[in-house]
Amino acid sequence: MADYEIPADLRYTREDEWARVEGERVTIGVTDYAQQQLGDIVNVELPAVGTAVERGEPFGVIESVKAVSDLYAPVTGEVVEANADLANHPEHVNEDCYGDGWMLSIRVADAAEIETLISAAEYRRHVEDRSTE
Amino acid sequence: MLFERSRPGRTGYSLPDPDVPDADPAAAFDAEQLRDDLPGLPELSEVEVVRHFTRLSTWNAAVDLGLYPLGSCTMKYNPKINEALARLPGFAAAHPLQPPALAQGFLELCWRLERALAEVSGMDRVTLQPAAGAQGELAGIMMIRAYHEQRGERRSLVLVPDSAHGTNPASAALNDYRVVSIPSGRDGILHPDAVAAAMTPEVAALMITNPNTLGLFETHIAEICEIVHARGGLVYGDGANLNALLGIARPGDLGIDVMHFNLHKTFSTPHGGGGPGAGPVGVKNLLAPYLPVPVVRRLEGSEGTGFTLDYQFPRSIGRLHAHFGNAAMFVRAWAYLRSLGPDGLRRCAEMAVLNANYLLARLRGEWHVPIDRPVMHECVLSDQALKATGVTTLDVAKRLIDYGYHPPTVYFPLIVAGALMIEPTESEPREGLDQFVAALSAIAAEARSDPDRVRTAPHRTRHGRLDETRAARRPVLRWQPERPAGS
Repeated sequence: MADYEIPADLRYTREDEWARVEGERVTIGVTDYAQQQLGDIVNVELPAVGTAVERGEPFGVIESVKAVSDLYAPVTGEVVEANADLANHPEHVNEDCYGDGWMLSIRVADAAEIETLISAAEYRRHVEDRSTE
Repeated sequence: MLFERSRPGRTGYSLPDPDVPDADPAAAFDAEQLRDDLPGLPELSEVEVVRHFTRLSTWNAAVDLGLYPLGSCTMKYNPKINEALARLPGFAAAHPLQPPALAQGFLELCWRLERALAEVSGMDRVTLQPAAGAQGELAGIMMIRAYHEQRGERRSLVLVPDSAHGTNPASAALNDYRVVSIPSGRDGILHPDAVAAAMTPEVAALMITNPNTLGLFETHIAEICEIVHARGGLVYGDGANLNALLGIARPGDLGIDVMHFNLHKTFSTPHGGGGPGAGPVGVKNLLAPYLPVPVVRRLEGSEGTGFTLDYQFPRSIGRLHAHFGNAAMFVRAWAYLRSLGPDGLRRCAEMAVLNANYLLARLRGEWHVPIDRPVMHECVLSDQALKATGVTTLDVAKRLIDYGYHPPTVYFPLIVAGALMIEPTESEPREGLDQFVAALSAIAAEARSDPDRVRTAPHRTRHGRLDETRAARRPVLRWQPERPAGS
């Protein structure tokens, strides 16, 4: 199996998003596995600050040279910050998905929802399951 | 570039001097409507233009030069009789604003083509107006929306399988529906329980492609349609893959309420650079009141004989295209239907299915087949067997160009990682399929012995591997002359 970076201090979703939890603020992006699967990213569409996002619902779109995919919100809440740099530098998602390639910061409506996000170990198993199919 | 061949003052025409006095444009137009310089059009002689475009044509891939195995696109051969008939002056020189009394031949052709498509598909009525498959989908979902609204129902969801063409969710979203993705089973097809679980009173329609994009027949189609109908929903059929069913099964008999036809796929009208497309839509009677206007109608009784254009559809979704649609394509499709006849259409589907299964049988040992079952008109491979070599689907596609083939559809359907989607169509003889298999086998061997050669392909084209990423991130959309320094 290819080598995927899965930082232990982040939480994840089965839709291949990561979440960095800092109190009621959750910063999200797509995982290393997702960016490798997608290939070269050429466009990212993100919602404006103030938009309400709902857990499990599409909040934006990511486009690579291969395909276009929806981005799903890991938690319900309000967008407090969006990474405007991605409009001109979508390559940041490929180069640094856990850093410069971040997408949104969300103020979580219900802190209990954070517990539904999976751990790095569980996410790694989820990636491995799909890689061996 | 034609622009680079341009020389000031060179022309490709010769006209006599005007026999009326010159007028000063400044006297006739306001200042803001006048250009103060020429727009930089290229200046060449006729023979230079002819040579330029003739040369370009020799660099093209074309179905007239070889196999064009573009999955989901049915790039079948375009019979030349279609072209001859579409060029008959009565069709080619007709004006779209001719009154019906002076366009009887064309209107009769439309009327007959509508009925032929209805017969092939098991639908009750057909509109020829939509310009392509995607616009046909848009029209079909607009009619579904109008149907529900007429009944006082405001449904908000459309179900789409995860193997669907991207146009399906787009057509639903353009009609302000929310799209719910239905997962396919591990066998690559849709299962009734997955549809039943999603089928709430909020669902306006299910959109389904049969055979689906994996080339598999949706064997539960009748039961799935019953589930949707029982909850008041309708079923939209994406007709992109109709080629596999011609003369064998009719979507209308399976429970589909509305579907589009791609004349440029199934009915052999030119496709891609040879376009334009045409995407007629067939409906069951319950959707007929919503058809786009005008509708071609045969005169009856005291009206006399012949055909007219009927605008009296108060519940119509309106007009989708100026005049009739892409009218010359109707002539070609009609020519195709009449030259093949019912038996020929069935034979066409049988040969398309046989060709796809022959390819799959020949490729199975060397290539990974994600869902290995008998297929209909196309088969899907993946690059998984090449994982250790570092060669990907994209590399295989580029290397196929060196072997003289237009690459198949790649990275689609999305539910297969690294998909290669191959549709040989009925046009290809067995020797042609064998050559294609040999090319793919050679590429698989190269991937193991000389992976860099594959990863840097193509090598035999005028241009090597293009940087698709940079083209998408930093597109240059217009040629600009290099200005000399200081100008």
